[in-house]
Amino acid sequence: MEIRKGIAVSPGIAIAKPMVVDSKDYRIPRRSIMASQRSAEIQRLRKAFSSAIDQLQGIESAQDIQEGKIRDIFAVHMRFLKDRSFRKRITDFISNDLVTAEYAVSTILREIASHFAGIDDAYISERAADIFDIEKRLLTHLLGKKQEDLNHLAEEVVILAADLTPTQTAGFNKSFVKGFATEKGGRTSHTAIVARSLGIPAVVALGDMSSEIPPDCVVIVDGNRGVVIIDPDADTLKQYDVYAQQMTQFVHQLGQLRELPAETRDGLRVRILGNIEFPDEAEQVLEKGGDGIGLYRTEFLYLYGGQEPTEEDHYNAYAEAIRVMDDKPVVIRTMDLGADKLPHAGWHANEANPVLGLRSIRYCLQDLTLFKTQLRALLRVSVLGDVRVMFPLITNLQELRQAKMILRDVMEDLDEYAVPYKADMPVGIMIETPSSALTAPLLANESAFFSIGTNDLIQYTLAVDRANEHVSTLFSAAEPAVIQLMRSIIQDAHRGGIDLSICGEVASDPEFIMLLLGMGVRTLSLAPPMIPEVKKIIRSVTIEECNRLAREVLTMDSSRQIKNFLRDAATRILPETF
Amino acid sequence: MSESTYKTEVTIKNPEGLHMRPAGLFVDLANTFSSEISVSHEDVSVDAKSFVQVMMLAATCGSRLKIQASGTDARQAAEALHALVECEFSDDSTAVSEKEG
Repeated sequence: MEIRKGIAVSPGIAIAKPMVVDSKDYRIPRRSIMASQRSAEIQRLRKAFSSAIDQLQGIESAQDIQEGKIRDIFAVHMRFLKDRSFRKRITDFISNDLVTAEYAVSTILREIASHFAGIDDAYISERAADIFDIEKRLLTHLLGKKQEDLNHLAEEVVILAADLTPTQTAGFNKSFVKGFATEKGGRTSHTAIVARSLGIPAVVALGDMSSEIPPDCVVIVDGNRGVVIIDPDADTLKQYDVYAQQMTQFVHQLGQLRELPAETRDGLRVRILGNIEFPDEAEQVLEKGGDGIGLYRTEFLYLYGGQEPTEEDHYNAYAEAIRVMDDKPVVIRTMDLGADKLPHAGWHANEANPVLGLRSIRYCLQDLTLFKTQLRALLRVSVLGDVRVMFPLITNLQELRQAKMILRDVMEDLDEYAVPYKADMPVGIMIETPSSALTAPLLANESAFFSIGTNDLIQYTLAVDRANEHVSTLFSAAEPAVIQLMRSIIQDAHRGGIDLSICGEVASDPEFIMLLLGMGVRTLSLAPPMIPEVKKIIRSVTIEECNRLAREVLTMDSSRQIKNFLRDAATRILPETF
Repeated sequence: MSESTYKTEVTIKNPEGLHMRPAGLFVDLANTFSSEISVSHEDVSVDAKSFVQVMMLAATCGSRLKIQASGTDARQAAEALHALVECEFSDDSTAVSEKEG
């Protein structure tokens, strides 16, 4: 049994046989042809191009692809396939060097891919993946293979892959593919989007999984917790069978649970909000019984379309979610990307250490045009509901003041044009660095609320990159240092009389809920699929129990001790969830 | 109409540079003319009618493009492409016909 932790990008539980999709290499050996075979070889190439184009047209029209972004990807493929000079380069290579069509396709496309990959511009360099996809598409036709076996599945599977290409994900037979698990990718990768649009669970960024996957094993993809279990033992499998059934039951119970408050047995009301990535997820927050949106990530606006979003793009995306939420709170976080991820910021020099580099609010404070565009849209939507704005990665008071000053500038602009906005829109910050945690009393004086981003807080406090497999086991919310910091932030927020929520993954970890409540947290913001489970936990405990548990945890000196203790406590209280 | 060669230079002002969508518009427009058209950035000169080649220029915001057209509609071609870049590839300025390469 092997348990892998990745990033949950699409909810649900899938238990099925794995299907390993090799998305890396067709290794094409250099093979020469006779001069007399030239025209036959070029004819083969032509046929491969035309069937690839036909296939692409088929995908474009047949697939239930709601996402315009996915269509755009295929449109780019189409442009490549229909590019005469590109095709000529391949045919010239065949004629001049007398090589097979396969070898020519592979060589030329890899040349182009490495050209793109070498360009110091995130947007262009990411296109390298598209080129490999085109290579694969052409080779599939040349080699006479069926487009993988994915269209011809006869049993339910979960797909394991290094990274899925848009073609692969679009070609899946929906009724047999139960989940995705990929080694690479992120929250906004193609795999994530496709999985969500198909409604199947997906976990990405799992790291190398190629280490043998036993034949006839079963794989569990837990898209709620971001966990993939390869070849689970009988106990785990049983637990997950139960968990999957519970999930199904939860869905049935939702009608009931949705109407019930997130309240402890002794009557303490907790607010559960949803974290969302795309506007269409707002519906899900309500369906699952959330009290609002505690974190609306806005990065997707910058990552798709290949150009900076316009004010209207922002406005529409926010307005859609706000209308769905009616008068419930919607906390919108301003752009939280690094310069390395911004497609249009390609001229920035490569950073040796992007996590400590020009990113998030720091980037916004330098690129005022980009920042003000977003702020204008935020202010304009503020009249549509209970909108709150949140600045990420604030590390000191100076930055907060600067950001608020720019917000005031934008307000003045709007005043000039008599555009309505809420002047008292609450402005809060993410606390996700040790420096902001340590200066929380100062920051609380000038913030309407805090939201603790536990993922970054852990990374920056423990100096651990959880995507780095060599140290990822050191990444733990149960480290005493992390718990101490969280506790002091919570206390400082209470003393400052401001709202506090937790929006990191810890807020959806069943084992941490009691500790968080015991430390004084009254608002949790989490992935919508986890809301019912967390609500159920809250409804099963008393605040007395939680306080006692927190007091005890704060005396412990190792993450292992704390983790075991929390697990035991949670199992005692809610045996069926663990 | 007589054959002629026409050259022009233009600086890319839209923030995303000559990326997918702008490059697509550029190439589509180039393909509506009969002239041979090349576009160069720094030392690299490519066929303006090839999407793949234009993409490979990797021209970003601030890049200076040289456009050269030769043929019967050279002047119109160069001017139209110049205008497209100049107006930052805004959609309304380009009545682009669908041409397949």
